[in-house]
Amino acid sequence: MELISLSALDLSLAALLVVALAGLTVWARMGLGRSLLIAGARTVIQLLLVGLILQTLFDHAQLGWVALMAVIMLAVAGYEVMARQQRRFAGLWGYGIGAVTMFISAFAVTVLALTTMVGPTPWWEPQYAIPLLGMLLGNTMTGIALGLDRLTQTVWRERRTIEGRLAMGASWSEAVTTMRREAARSGLMPTINAMAAAGIVSLPGMMTGQILAGAPPVEAVKYQILIMFLITAGTGFGTLGAVWFASRRLFDTRERLRLDRLKPGRHT
Amino acid sequence: MDRLLDVRQLKTAHLGPLDLALQPGELVQVTGASGSGKSLLLRALADLDPNTGQVMLNGKPRDAMAPVDWRRRVAYVPAETAWWGERVDEHLPVDFARAAALHLLEQVALPEASLGWEVERLSSGEKQRLGLVRALLNQPRVLLLDEPTANLDLENTKRIERAVRGYLAEEDAAALWVSHDTLQRQRLGGRILTIANGKLEVTAWS
Repeated sequence: MELISLSALDLSLAALLVVALAGLTVWARMGLGRSLLIAGARTVIQLLLVGLILQTLFDHAQLGWVALMAVIMLAVAGYEVMARQQRRFAGLWGYGIGAVTMFISAFAVTVLALTTMVGPTPWWEPQYAIPLLGMLLGNTMTGIALGLDRLTQTVWRERRTIEGRLAMGASWSEAVTTMRREAARSGLMPTINAMAAAGIVSLPGMMTGQILAGAPPVEAVKYQILIMFLITAGTGFGTLGAVWFASRRLFDTRERLRLDRLKPGRHT
Repeated sequence: MDRLLDVRQLKTAHLGPLDLALQPGELVQVTGASGSGKSLLLRALADLDPNTGQVMLNGKPRDAMAPVDWRRRVAYVPAETAWWGERVDEHLPVDFARAAALHLLEQVALPEASLGWEVERLSSGEKQRLGLVRALLNQPRVLLLDEPTANLDLENTKRIERAVRGYLAEEDAAALWVSHDTLQRQRLGGRILTIANGKLEVTAWS
């Protein structure tokens, strides 16, 4: 099987569907038309740009360029985690906790997968390294953002409980146990659900893509399983790490609850 | 006389600097307008808010003790106690002495069965009395009581007063007691500290 190349006309037809949808929402006064068109335009521009960058990267496969791309992806993901917090840590911590734990989990899992499981030569071959890292970062980012957001929100809401436990002689870790458990669960649930529903409710995007590109379904499935496990590991370790670091940061060395270390973020 | 709790140059963002000393067995009352910093003083002494200064228990500096040990010995009981479990006994110290618990419950006129009561169904007065019992089960040396009788009728208020007095006498412990009630002030007696603008203004004897 060969990959059927899409022409500009094919894409325009698909774009027409979105324009039609936008038209319908305008007609129904739902106020979504503008956002739909802007988001659609962003999709085209951003993906075309990324396509060009990836093409250039593949043509000039050098470790330095791959590393630079990886760092940029991480930096953006770190910002995204911070922006999604309603109450985030003040100062560098707001950015640092997400970025550092993503670096540790997503990067480590990607490098491990490239060097031991997938094994391209060289191991940083951009055709493998960048998509793998992208999928891992994307999912880890969501998990960490959800986990941190839930942690800071529940701690804020339950501050009287936490201080009540501290006053009864509990350690900071005991005082915040239930909030930490809830935060970890909320970060990991989407990934667990995705694993449980894979193939039954939905055909995962990457597998679908490979099949469309002409790969034998069983090969595509094997890749998908690998990716899902990697994503689960990356998201899980990343979320647990971020929630642990963040909960520690909410207390000082005398184990006092320090909500003054949070500042109100964007309210959504 | 020995000082049980010795506080020098205590300072927080909204309080102090202030000095304070409690003798063993002593009950000292704290008064002041609302917002003057009475609760903040108790919270700072329990080391729940950031603060500086020298705080010593039996001559031992606070910084030489683990935060967990400090808060068990210098126990803060807020006006509105926090409850997180489903049943009352989930909130007691793990290794509490049953006999001590029964003795305390009797003093505040609650049955033994109250340890198994559901928190959801407690009245505010029951919460306040059980909140004191659970704090005393840690056998603190210093009690920091923030309006411990605010939700109680006169009869139960007097029970709490007797229970605390009894505990201080038996254990040679000391208490800081925040109160607004003039009659209670007369009943409790002893030294009275008044806080205004975060400073100790007057020391009087009742």
